[in-house]
Amino acid sequence: MPCPYLWNTYRMMLRYITRRLLQSLLVILGVTLLTFLTLHLAGDPTYLYVSERASQEEIEATRKKLGFDQPLPVQYVNFLSGLARGDLGMSIRSRKPALDLVLERLPATLELTIFAMIISTTIAIPIGIISATKRGTGLDGGIMLLAMFGQSIPSFWLGIMLLLSVGLQLKLLPISGHVAVLDPMLKGDISTGLTNLPDALRYLIMPGVTIGLFSLSRNARLVRSSMLEVLSQDYVTTARSKGLSERVVIMKHAFRNALIPVVTMLGLEFGFLLSGVVVTETVFSWPGVGRLVTNAITQRDIPVVQASVVLFSFLFITLNLLVDLIYAQLDPRIRLE
Amino acid sequence: MRSLIRVSAWNNRKVRVKPDAAHPVSLMVTEPPVWKRAGRSLLRAKWPILALVILGVVAFMAVFAPSIAPKDPNRQSLVERLIEPMKANENGEIVYFLGTDGLGRDLWSRIIYGAQVSLAVGVMAVMVGGLMGTTLGVLAGYRGGLLDDIIMRLADIQLAFPFILLAIMVLVVLGPGVWNLIPVLGIGQWVTYARIARGQTISQREKEYVEAARCIGANDRRIMLRAILPNVLAPLIVIASFNVASAILAEASLSFLGLGVPPTVPTWGGILNESRDQILAGKWWPALFPGLAIMFTVLSLNILGDWLRDFLDPRLRGR
Repeated sequence: MPCPYLWNTYRMMLRYITRRLLQSLLVILGVTLLTFLTLHLAGDPTYLYVSERASQEEIEATRKKLGFDQPLPVQYVNFLSGLARGDLGMSIRSRKPALDLVLERLPATLELTIFAMIISTTIAIPIGIISATKRGTGLDGGIMLLAMFGQSIPSFWLGIMLLLSVGLQLKLLPISGHVAVLDPMLKGDISTGLTNLPDALRYLIMPGVTIGLFSLSRNARLVRSSMLEVLSQDYVTTARSKGLSERVVIMKHAFRNALIPVVTMLGLEFGFLLSGVVVTETVFSWPGVGRLVTNAITQRDIPVVQASVVLFSFLFITLNLLVDLIYAQLDPRIRLE
Repeated sequence: MRSLIRVSAWNNRKVRVKPDAAHPVSLMVTEPPVWKRAGRSLLRAKWPILALVILGVVAFMAVFAPSIAPKDPNRQSLVERLIEPMKANENGEIVYFLGTDGLGRDLWSRIIYGAQVSLAVGVMAVMVGGLMGTTLGVLAGYRGGLLDDIIMRLADIQLAFPFILLAIMVLVVLGPGVWNLIPVLGIGQWVTYARIARGQTISQREKEYVEAARCIGANDRRIMLRAILPNVLAPLIVIASFNVASAILAEASLSFLGLGVPPTVPTWGGILNESRDQILAGKWWPALFPGLAIMFTVLSLNILGDWLRDFLDPRLRGR
């Protein structure tokens, strides 16, 4: 290394990455342990896998087959080794591997989540900035009141109301249905995915707004308050007294710094939206993981519920790790902690 | 008057300034008690008062449900299915103010009874989560070391995955029911309290008054409960008010999925769940009214939480 200082930063970064990776590993272990233990909360989990009319022999056979007759630590190790092989058990209803069922439905759910995330961030940022620069005016008050409402509406109810008004009464948008975009793209057929996009948007708008409104409102308030915080800083006063135009002050000096808390939220936001998906998909009959889970709940199809929980948490953990690493690259203060 | 700086929102009822070289006059400033100041601040603000009134009405509905509700919330009447709101019968009287649901049950009575579960679950979940989180947070902050590490790693694990999913998993295994729901939602919230309580405790731990308490022979438990706890409580109360709102929302979602409480107990989320079959037929009222009830309750709690935050931490006013 030509420059000792640079070498030092590299080492810092490396140490941060290692620490963060180890942490994630620990968290993954914790998550698997929790999902494993949850099964045993009500005592012997065998009864969750057999029908209510099952005979004693059937129960015994199932217990043996699923390994519930072994001591808990052995069961956990088996669970982990199954997990490593991508085996999370068979769906009780469809007799297919539970993980395959979930993976099949994942692209549709990701479409919805990504769309909701786009809505919630792209609209929230300008709204928050306007609200902060017009602080104390009627416009600011109105926006903040709306944001307050947005944070108080149960998302599934908003979905039902949109379905009733926009879908059934005004007939502006289709009330259910789905055109795949991500699925063909993931299978390598990018052009089909793109040609499907305009059509898919019509189906995405209502469920997307349903999931995204809460985050949109929260982000708008977050952007506003962090803009206000930054606008009261000395360097903004300096920029103003230099005679810079208000536009430059707000966009160049204030906005960039105000964005930091918002970026921090993004990783967590994704997980939040993912869990909002479960209820919303049910309302709009969206063919994603959420509806799979709700159906599995009513049919008490435990392996499918378990597989979805594990997959969602893995996604969430990986994403948070990525966000943190990118973030540490952007903001040196983080990795020095 | 540097010595008159407020330390926290509550323990400043009386501020006595001893005469010294800089301030030769002895001063005794008495501030009105915290509830009086809160009342004044409330009266000045419009929205929080409205929120308080709405919450009062909901609480009243919940407590006196049996005397307010015009009908038995579970009385079914197949001939009176899906009557529209405010619709008069052949005698010209309105029997069902908000109409009836798909089984001919009175929607208004069901919503009144629904307030019971929503409020009880919301408040009790916050009590469980708040008690657990505050205890662990203060302990972690005060003791530090290994205990701190363990508690904080647990918090990290919980924060690292979407909690509603674990709640679903637990409730699928244990089955629906209020007494399963409350601990699940409570445990879902402990991390927020624990993190803030820990941070606050660490900043209070080295202050003089803690040292003074230790000098006069107070043991750790007494220091934590009597000295530190009152001084870390303010931000926790703010979070609690927001968390009642989110617990009510979570209860509604889980009941909507059929995981909250058994269908015989009317809850707002449960009524919405049952309304699903009627929506496609264009019957809007079984879906509209319970949703409005949830929205206005949660909105009021959020507005009140905002006001409480401003009141307890004046630096944040208007942010």
